[in-house]
Amino acid sequence: MKRLAVLAVGILALGAMVWAGQNALLINGAGASFPNPIYSKWFDEYHKKNASIQFNYQSVGSGAGIKQATDGTVDFGASDGPMNDEQLKGFQDKHGSAILHFPTVLGAAVPTYNIPGITGALNFTPDALAGIFLGKVTKWNDPAIAGANKGVNLPAQDIIVIHRSDGSGTTYIWTDYLSKISDEWKSKVGKNTSVNWPVGLGGKGNEGVTGLIKQTPNSIGYVELIYAIQNTIPYGTVKNSGGNFIKADLASVSAAAAGAAKDMPEDFRVSITNAPGKTAYPVSSFTWLLVPAKIQDTAKRDAIKGFLTWMLADGQNYAEGLYYAKLPKEVIEKEKKAINNIQ
Amino acid sequence: MGSRSFLSRLRDGDEIARLITMVFAATVVLITLLLVYELWTDSSLARAKFGFHFFVTRVWDPNIDQYGALPFMYGTLVTSVLALLIAVPLGIGAAIFLAELAPPRISDTLQFFIDLLAAVPSVIYGLLGVFIIVPLMRTVIFPGLNKPLGFMPFFKGPSYGVGFLTAGIVLAIMVIPYIISVSREVLLSVPRDQREAALALGSTRWESTWKVVVPFAKTGILGSIFLALARALGETMAVTMVIGNVPTISASLFSPGDSIASVIANQFTEATGALYTQSLIALGLVLFLMTFVLNGLARILIVVTTQKGSGVPT
Amino acid sequence: MSARIKWRRFVSNFMLTLTGLCALVSVSVLFLILGYLVFNGGKSINWAFFTQLPRPVGETGGGMANAIVGSAKLLMAASLLGVPIGFFGGIYLAEFSGSAMASVVRYAADLLNGVPSIVIGIFAYSVVVLPFKDFSTLAGAFALGLMMIPITLRSTEEFLNGVPRYLREGAMALGASKWKTIASVVVPAAYRGILTAILLALARVAGETAPLLFTAFGNLFWSQGWVHPTASLPVMIFTYAVSPYDDWHRQAWAAGLVLLGLILIINILARTILSRGIAVPRS
Repeated sequence: MKRLAVLAVGILALGAMVWAGQNALLINGAGASFPNPIYSKWFDEYHKKNASIQFNYQSVGSGAGIKQATDGTVDFGASDGPMNDEQLKGFQDKHGSAILHFPTVLGAAVPTYNIPGITGALNFTPDALAGIFLGKVTKWNDPAIAGANKGVNLPAQDIIVIHRSDGSGTTYIWTDYLSKISDEWKSKVGKNTSVNWPVGLGGKGNEGVTGLIKQTPNSIGYVELIYAIQNTIPYGTVKNSGGNFIKADLASVSAAAAGAAKDMPEDFRVSITNAPGKTAYPVSSFTWLLVPAKIQDTAKRDAIKGFLTWMLADGQNYAEGLYYAKLPKEVIEKEKKAINNIQ
Repeated sequence: MGSRSFLSRLRDGDEIARLITMVFAATVVLITLLLVYELWTDSSLARAKFGFHFFVTRVWDPNIDQYGALPFMYGTLVTSVLALLIAVPLGIGAAIFLAELAPPRISDTLQFFIDLLAAVPSVIYGLLGVFIIVPLMRTVIFPGLNKPLGFMPFFKGPSYGVGFLTAGIVLAIMVIPYIISVSREVLLSVPRDQREAALALGSTRWESTWKVVVPFAKTGILGSIFLALARALGETMAVTMVIGNVPTISASLFSPGDSIASVIANQFTEATGALYTQSLIALGLVLFLMTFVLNGLARILIVVTTQKGSGVPT
Repeated sequence: MSARIKWRRFVSNFMLTLTGLCALVSVSVLFLILGYLVFNGGKSINWAFFTQLPRPVGETGGGMANAIVGSAKLLMAASLLGVPIGFFGGIYLAEFSGSAMASVVRYAADLLNGVPSIVIGIFAYSVVVLPFKDFSTLAGAFALGLMMIPITLRSTEEFLNGVPRYLREGAMALGASKWKTIASVVVPAAYRGILTAILLALARVAGETAPLLFTAFGNLFWSQGWVHPTASLPVMIFTYAVSPYDDWHRQAWAAGLVLLGLILIINILARTILSRGIAVPRS
């Protein structure tokens, strides 16, 4: 008798738990950690407005986002490194239709560091950054760094480089920039979501890199701007192609995108690192949602299209609060039309 | 049973029971076969392309689709060996205490706690590793060892906090319970007369333990070490949280590195392209084979020892 | 007393004290772990932790309610896979099989037991996630269930074999068929041991993280049904611990305390059940 009672309670509990999940439409996405703060804000706000739709976005890195979207195990992906032609073809071959890129916001990869005693912004020249990440500039008081930071007391300590251990769009942006300003980097390491780093420690996601920097004295790494701000760690300026040391902020990132906005290609894949202009921040980038052009499930398709429309309008208003720059007007207009390509 | 017809045997409930339970038992075999099969076929591209070079190539570069297992095998082995160097003396010492010295009630109580230690999941060790051991390494242990011994290649390098030694320490804590509980059992199974003969000849407690009992049980103790090693090799979460995640081969204990299980956990969900994914699965296959061999050896050694002790002819 | 004997006695006492220290160190590690978790996790556990969903990145507050339920669902489903296979397979080994088949099954179970959990994760991904094109609770439960099988199988066999012959013979002498004997006499006699094994298997997989990384995926919301992704306690601990947010660290400690507390309670329960003795004396 007692055993029956226990069994009954168990089954009721099970039923209750299964019921606990509302009958909302669940849409799964995976990808970049670069925009995770704004995406998680967006999906939370969107769910408040549309209680029957749940966007479950997991920040697992752009590399995983591309792979999961290609395998079809998630409904959409996200990446700050646009898919290359080979990956696009891979998707096309597998699914018989294309995958589309939708820019969402503009962000910046900033050099952040943890040097005991230094709370201000250090100036970094392109050569200094390349040298640090190539492992050739090994101490903080190296002339390559000190030269641009006169008056700052840099310690004679080893630089501890921190990069990503997972496939990362942020890595793509950073290495894209380094490849443009350093031939040695381009030939030795190259640009990709995952590269053979000459030196340094690996952290998982923007989150992991930020965490490591916070805990490791004399470290330097590259993270999306909001991670440095939210965790109150200092980040430096980078000298742009116009010759000025620029700090990443809304204005400088928007300036970087200004040129590209006018010449935006149809598939929205474009690189804006080392953009021309006196005020542009050189390590800026768009970040994209990867959405299949053909979505079988009509409910999901309409939900995704609805979200994209919202994102281009109300969604943009949340960007600046989290230090992401809004998309240029021309890009927004182009994207609104492109949403119709999702069938 | 005689030659009853199949149907008549079927009507007898026993045959049905036998068939049903046999199906469940067979499922175990089938699932295991399927697992090995999947591992083998899903790594075929990588195996075909790299062959045995896979084991000796240092480069792991998705950019150029070049994959070599060497850094990860190195990391897996180094961290496991470091773990054993710490855990084996501690573990055997503790087992000797529990088996030879402690009164049975205390021995059982302590063993109870050791068994609980074995139940702590890997991610909890990782949690403690990240917040407690890594800072300790960076601020206390590294300077402590680097200052006096920094000239040796084992102790060089910047103070990351994460690295081979940190992972080794965390793994050591995780495998101690296995060494203790198995060694304790084999030590307890050594027949009384062995000890008593030694004591009767005038040896001290320690001498009878170290020179008579332990050698008698040494194959079983070796088995416990293999068991611990197999566990350490396959550990994923605790290692990936404290090893640094860089495929490096370095003599320095303080260098960051990577292990097979750790790189699979980090890169499997993002491996685009068949060769990349299959190379990771090939790594999984390597790990599986390593643990398979070690577990098998361990079992043989332990069984041999306990049977020897209880006088059963092997 | 000669100096030599004094020396040997000294060495003996010294070494034996050393071994005592080894035992002490090993056992204190457990209490250190518990201590840290209780200290760091205890101050972070609040009502919100158990009832709320995670907040967006960077915002403080929120909880792991969905992860707790997710883990419970995973374990329940894993048991549905692992326990019957292990239990009935164990019955087969102990009661019905010939030695050849038995050896094969035992060997397979031992092999399965030694497979590193990350490799089980790969297997579950290939076999469940890819074909169904979705991360799911089922995929995670499949991986965990596989890990439960060897433990339940071997233990069931062991405890059934431990039931004394005279019980079986008595039942058969009264005319019971073999399966009736098993169902009504042998299994109930061994049920304590079998229950212990199931509990221990549960405790073992409750903390597994690696296989869930590629199967259950993760969910910011309540997991729905069984074919969608789900959050789970171990994965949340991992994600939060390696993040830079202090609030997430706080929650990771709390989750660690809850998870370890649960596992230890199950373990203690299981071992107490077992130590209270098998229902009938061994012969």
